[in-house]
Amino acid sequence: MHDVAPTTTPHAWLARQSRWSWFEIVFWLATLLPFFLFPTYLTLASQIAIAALFAISVDLILGYAGIVTLGHALFFGLGAYTVGLLSARLGWGEPISGLILAGAVAGFVGFVASYLIVRVQHLALIMVTLGLGFLAYELANAMTWLTGGTDGLRGVRMWEIFGTFRFDLWGYTAYTYSLAVLFLGFLVSRTIVNSSFGLALRGIRENVGRMPAIGSDHAWHLRKIYTISAALAGIAGGLLTQTTSTVGLDVLSFQRSADVVVMLILGGTGRLYGAILGAIIFLVARDQLAGVNPQYWYFWIGLLLMVVVLFMPKGILGFLAKLAGRRG
Amino acid sequence: MADTQPMMLKTDALSKNFGALQVARDVSLTLPRGCRYALIGPNGAGKTTLINLITGRLKPDSGTIALDGEDITATPAAVRVRKGLARTFQINTLFPELTPIEAVTLAVSEREAVAGQFWRRLSTQTEAIDEAFAILSGLRLADVATRPTRILAYGQQRLLEIALALATRPKALLLDEPAAGVPKDESAMLFSVLAGLPEDISVLFIEHDMNIVFRFATRIIVLVSGGVLVEDTTANIRTDARVRDVYLGHGAHG
Amino acid sequence: MSNLVIVLFDGFAFGMLLFVLSVGLSVTLGMMNFINLAHGAFGMLGGYVTVIVMRQLGLPFVVALPAAFISAAVLSIVIERTLFRRLYRAGELNQVLFTIGIVFVATAVATWFFGTVQQPIRLPAWLRGTVEIGGIRFGTYRIFLIAIALAITALLVFGIERTRLGAQIRAAVDNQRVAQGLGLNVERVFGITFALGSGLAGLGGALAIEIVGLDPSFAFHYLVYVLIVVSVGGLGSITGSFVGAALLGIGDVAGKYFVPEIGSFLIYLILVAVLLWRPLGLFGRR
Repeated sequence: MHDVAPTTTPHAWLARQSRWSWFEIVFWLATLLPFFLFPTYLTLASQIAIAALFAISVDLILGYAGIVTLGHALFFGLGAYTVGLLSARLGWGEPISGLILAGAVAGFVGFVASYLIVRVQHLALIMVTLGLGFLAYELANAMTWLTGGTDGLRGVRMWEIFGTFRFDLWGYTAYTYSLAVLFLGFLVSRTIVNSSFGLALRGIRENVGRMPAIGSDHAWHLRKIYTISAALAGIAGGLLTQTTSTVGLDVLSFQRSADVVVMLILGGTGRLYGAILGAIIFLVARDQLAGVNPQYWYFWIGLLLMVVVLFMPKGILGFLAKLAGRRG
Repeated sequence: MADTQPMMLKTDALSKNFGALQVARDVSLTLPRGCRYALIGPNGAGKTTLINLITGRLKPDSGTIALDGEDITATPAAVRVRKGLARTFQINTLFPELTPIEAVTLAVSEREAVAGQFWRRLSTQTEAIDEAFAILSGLRLADVATRPTRILAYGQQRLLEIALALATRPKALLLDEPAAGVPKDESAMLFSVLAGLPEDISVLFIEHDMNIVFRFATRIIVLVSGGVLVEDTTANIRTDARVRDVYLGHGAHG
Repeated sequence: MSNLVIVLFDGFAFGMLLFVLSVGLSVTLGMMNFINLAHGAFGMLGGYVTVIVMRQLGLPFVVALPAAFISAAVLSIVIERTLFRRLYRAGELNQVLFTIGIVFVATAVATWFFGTVQQPIRLPAWLRGTVEIGGIRFGTYRIFLIAIALAITALLVFGIERTRLGAQIRAAVDNQRVAQGLGLNVERVFGITFALGSGLAGLGGALAIEIVGLDPSFAFHYLVYVLIVVSVGGLGSITGSFVGAALLGIGDVAGKYFVPEIGSFLIYLILVAVLLWRPLGLFGRR
């Protein structure tokens, strides 16, 4: 790939890194296929879109800035409960404002948490993210009067989107809506990773110790991306509540934090499409395998994780890109 | 005259202990504007530690550091860089997956405080990219500007170390063995690049090859066991008996 | 008053169990910086080996304990040689994911063979019942557990301070590169330490059955406790693991006894607070 001398200027080379490719346009057109090919799977498709948005939010901090997190369900759950409580306790079910509020609440908590996150590294970082996730779960569990605890929150009712589109049983509205939000979140993330800020994040990932020596206040960069990532995760959580009309404690569970990292690793970190591909593979596989033998679903996920880590360190998408690069 | 304007970089009685080991002992240095000083001394004399203290990677136990007349003893490392104090590392500490144009553009945009702009495409930051490319061209890295750093030749990575430092537009530049590990023929190239640095930058460099030291430095600071043994002009150091004893002794017959 | 004593006693006993489960991970993490989330899976293996030895083979509990130790140690050598070795330089995320993968697989395999039901064992008569001291009844098994843990602690401290292997381990934890430079075969030392640590986890798994039960979720559930002990105590520190485990055990039991609504909440709160106050743990040095 890199064995020919560059014939272009660095400007052109940099511009090419962020240009829309045919692959991307085809990919997004293909996301419309479920409407025609699998109309009975639209509910699953909207779950995938939500998981993909969540995975993108984790990719921003884990894949781009290199900050490992095992507790991002905290922000997903915050968003989910924001929307849920807004409807069940205050009677407000307007979707768009609900999503904005979900993002704002999660983003604010993310901003506060980011001051803790930038203080620790390595095992302590993993443990702090894990600890914050468990804290949120236990808190929600203890406040059953508010959250409904393990039984879930009752009485979540969503209004029509734009006052017109009702959430239907077959998931037409849910998928259209989730896909639109995913696309918007993707556009925002794509802008971020292709900006000089995105470059600074990759610098942090590649060598955080070197950042001060080029005059970078990298802790501030990290706080910023952590806040943005938390807000996106909150929006994904809000979407889940809106499309399923229910919230349970599982939105805050460690399982959810771990699953999203697994999706990301399967697809490939540091690539937005890796996050999306990972979500598709993970949820489709779970849908197919879990029906057969729910107990052993995690056997295959575990095996797949080990194989990916050993043989495809850049994920399935990175592996494919390498194959394509070798051929081209 | 030198005493009417502040020194570019000044340390006063800088000391640091690691447990019982004293790694910096009362180090007082002054670097005037545009100087070319060498810092020499046997292995373990504390040369890199001194640079770490000056740049803020380590905190001194006592003593002060001033850059261009301003006390920076308590200033965070990144802020010192933005105030004009840059360094390179003895062992390449680069960004393996970034290309040189990306790494240097990053350093430039950090200096210009545009690195936090997440709404603007990187490729539209033309001024930063232009400047980065000019720096790389000046260091003969233009050809490899768009290749990942990890595949560059070792000597090219050493040059990129310098490029990153220059991108911060330093007033004072501390080079920690810039030619370490570079083959002889390439190290001459490296130092010709250093000779071409802007005249008003104050340079302090650590180097073991005495030929290079005598050729490029106007003054030499000799560090032994964390303390300054002697500081003098190149010509005087050449004939200094103490220096010959502790340092040149090994290499004199080589 | 007697309630408080019992809670402290039970908590300390639980803490000693956590110490046996986690001390191996603390030492290996301090030495190689290898984040092995499969440590709890070795504990689970020890538990199931105990169940097999006692139920299928009909052998006594005191035979099952060394069997649990040995089987976990042997399996860990195999896994270290074939798999973990490739990941020492792979970055923490890859280590975390790979070893979580092992936990997933181990959990599924345990479910396949044993189902999701609890696996109780029948203790020998001399370990059952209680002992009355000063009018308070202490569980015999918990006294046994504390005695074993204290014996292990004494052995470890003696081993680390006084034996040749101990000196090598200390050197490797202190500074791996220097140790290697001095001609120490760090890989070998690590292999042995890893086996001993996993063996202790296996023993811990065997001892845990009577206290917390055994089912396929053990590997994951107790991993969280183990990680808390290790990160709060500080990597590579036996003292740290001991203190961390005792604190966590007492805190967990006391929390669940006195404030059952927010018991676990407090544990996590303390975890986050300690790590922000001392990111390297209470006894961490690097």
